[in-house]
Amino acid sequence: MFGKRVQQSLTRTRHSYFGRIRGLLARGEVNEALWQELEELLIQADVGVGTTVALIEALRERVDKEGLRQARAVREMLKDDLKRVVTFSESPRCREDGLWVILVVGVNGSGKTTSIAKLARYYQDKGRKVLLAAADTFRAAAIDQLKIWGQRLGVDVVAHQPGGDPGAVIYDAIEAGQARDAEVLIIDTAGRLHTKYNLMEELKKLRRVAAGRVPEAPQEVILVLDATTGQNALTQAKYFQEAVEVTGVFVAKLDGTAKGGIVFAIAKELGIPIQYVGTGERLEDLAEFDAEEFVEGLFAES
Amino acid sequence: MFESLTERLQGVFKKLARKGKLREQDVDEALREVRLALLEADVNYQVVKRFVGRVRERAVGVEVMKSLNPAQQVVKIVHGELTTMLGQPGRLDLSGPSPHTIMLVGLQGSGKTTTAAKLALHLRQEGQRPLLVATDTRRPAAMAQLEVLGRELEIPVYGEEGGSPVAICAQALERARKGAYSVAILDTQGRLHIDQKLMGELVEMKDRVSPDEVLLVADAMTGQDAVRLAQEFHQQVGLTGLILTKIDGDARGGAALSIRAVSGVPIKFLGTGEKPSALEAFHPDRLASRILGMGDILTLIERAEASFEEEEARRVEEKLRTATFDLEDFRQQLQQVKRMGPLSQLMEMIPGFASLSRQLPQEVTDQQMKKIEAIINSMTSEERRNPRIIGGSRKRRIARGSGTTIQEVNQLLGQFRQMQKLMKRLTFGRVDISSIFGT
Ligand SMILES: Nc1nc2c(ncn2[C@@H]2O[C@H](COP(=O)(O)OP(=O)(O)OP(=O)(O)O)[C@@H](O)[C@H]2O)c(=O)[nH]1
Ligand SMILES: Nc1nc2c(ncn2[C@@H]2O[C@H](COP(=O)(O)OP(=O)(O)OP(=O)(O)O)[C@@H](O)[C@H]2O)c(=O)[nH]1
Ligand SMILES: [Mg+2]
Ligand SMILES: [Mg+2]
Repeated sequence: MFGKRVQQSLTRTRHSYFGRIRGLLARGEVNEALWQELEELLIQADVGVGTTVALIEALRERVDKEGLRQARAVREMLKDDLKRVVTFSESPRCREDGLWVILVVGVNGSGKTTSIAKLARYYQDKGRKVLLAAADTFRAAAIDQLKIWGQRLGVDVVAHQPGGDPGAVIYDAIEAGQARDAEVLIIDTAGRLHTKYNLMEELKKLRRVAAGRVPEAPQEVILVLDATTGQNALTQAKYFQEAVEVTGVFVAKLDGTAKGGIVFAIAKELGIPIQYVGTGERLEDLAEFDAEEFVEGLFAES
Repeated sequence: MFESLTERLQGVFKKLARKGKLREQDVDEALREVRLALLEADVNYQVVKRFVGRVRERAVGVEVMKSLNPAQQVVKIVHGELTTMLGQPGRLDLSGPSPHTIMLVGLQGSGKTTTAAKLALHLRQEGQRPLLVATDTRRPAAMAQLEVLGRELEIPVYGEEGGSPVAICAQALERARKGAYSVAILDTQGRLHIDQKLMGELVEMKDRVSPDEVLLVADAMTGQDAVRLAQEFHQQVGLTGLILTKIDGDARGGAALSIRAVSGVPIKFLGTGEKPSALEAFHPDRLASRILGMGDILTLIERAEASFEEEEARRVEEKLRTATFDLEDFRQQLQQVKRMGPLSQLMEMIPGFASLSRQLPQEVTDQQMKKIEAIINSMTSEERRNPRIIGGSRKRRIARGSGTTIQEVNQLLGQFRQMQKLMKRLTFGRVDISSIFGT
């Protein structure tokens, strides 16, 4: 369920572009100027040119076919379409037996380490025993950062020395997870731009290391995207998807944006489910993504 | 995923070319493509509108109407206008009394801490004595991060667990003065431009240290939010420049134009990687090409130069001049090329090759590279030194060893002979780009 913080984040979004869309589609008749303005507003909300054009084309077609005149009707259709775009069948869910391994990936600074701490708290709240793996051995003090979160959470962190082999960390972490009867292992990885060939190859290798220890691992691969990212988020998702079969997206820093439209572009163009949103820097600033609430939130009267 | 502007305009202009000169509605059609390309590059909507208006004025005017090749003229106007709008690269202004202070501000995760280390290294190379100052007391291990970076560069870091950021700033300046440091670089906590409390704290810090420079560190991947972000930071704190980070990816970097347009502050550096040395000068024309998706040949050349070590380049050059360049050298060159990134990405930087590289999926080109390497690796060093000795039975062995076919081995040897011929004809610069694409 979305908490108050998500609603607050969405309020900001609502006050800007989606709020203006609501206003635009509140009254009056459908005409060319309205389509034009709708297109502008969607693009300004980071929905992206491609997705925007596709959405509007579909709307226009239905409006023509059904002979609709009222802008209000368009609003309901748009809301339904947006909901459909971000609705997915159930994502993989942590099972009761065995070690559930979650590999967390993303570009530099998107919010991986912080989101991992939030996910650890999320699973703790569900009564699961969590273990963290510090497989970012590259960035300065990345290990320390995860260890501090581990201390705050009361969760063990498996770590090696800075500069060590991340594959070895994962290997040890899975072993430790099994030995200590942990139920969920969350692996932090170094930030990497999706265009860096060697770094993406390394990520594939990390995936294989996990699979070598537990055949179905990693059961989840979560891509952390920064909500303030523009169209590049699409390219990121595409490359990470190809490299390591992303199972879900964690949209971090939703509190920082007045848009949030990129969520629709990613869901529509790549079909990767949006699973979580981050709405602040604290452990409790996490919410499971809910299509219905998200879209209703964007369009709600404030 | 995105069609580049060049390709799109070519589409529009093909139609126009047949019609001859540009009419007003032709210009509008072309400008629609320009508009979409800029939006896809994350240039802010309002900025795009203004920009397109300016281009239209010039394009509809005499210039284009009278020119013989209106299509090219429009591209030139767009590129020129964009370059102008991006402005001249800014330089650090450290003219006041020493110790100077530079404050780095920005959103969470934009690259402030890394950039602080980069600037420190850069300034030391310029003969300054930098002191790094860690004021982020909130994010876990933020201070440790700067300390590690400082230690690696052997640049001192001042910081204090527990103190308030404002107090740390004041103490750091004292330390800088006493220690005869010439410049203090203040790393700050990441914050949202809409977070009143933290923005207020930044203003307080600024008032306390009166910095020579307040630089906004912004991620090249930023979307439509860039305008609000720049407005808020500029209005509340007063910026003197912009550093655009993570430009080493494939983000088009339209945010730079938005930020520049609303704040008017110059772009001072680009962040091109995670290492402390990855800080580069900004070239407006190149960034303009990049935003337009028009390829970036100069960056390609620079990257090539950076990854081909100088001595190695000289050695190769010498070999080429004396026509003793062999497959062994070729193999080494290939390895160097690989270091520059995937072939498809390199091709995208070459104007005209962008569409080609899109047709060839990355796997194909990179697989070809791998194949070529495998073939060469299966040769004995004697064969590499002297490919002429490779006859039928050797070819069979090489093909088997590399998991390829004899035809593929033949093809490679043929291409290599071509390349050798080509090289002899080249008046040789430092790097041979043609060899990369001859493969
Ligand atoms: N406002 C806000 N800030 C966030 C959120 N999630 C993460 N951050 C901040 O974003 C910054 C980067 O977060 P990290 O977790 O270090 O990101 P990362 O992806 O692990 O970074 P690298 O490991 O360096 O690639 C930190 O300052 C976090 O506090 C969020 O949901 N909202
Ligand atoms: N590829 C690339 N990565 C960069 C660049 N600049 C910074 N990074 C990476 O981006 C991530 C975030 O950088 P930081 O310097 O920690 O960012 P920050 O703004 O200090 O983050 P907070 O203090 O959490 O707000 C790290 O993984 C850096 O290595 C760059 O120019 N290119
Ligand atoms: Mg991290
Ligand atoms: Mg920092």
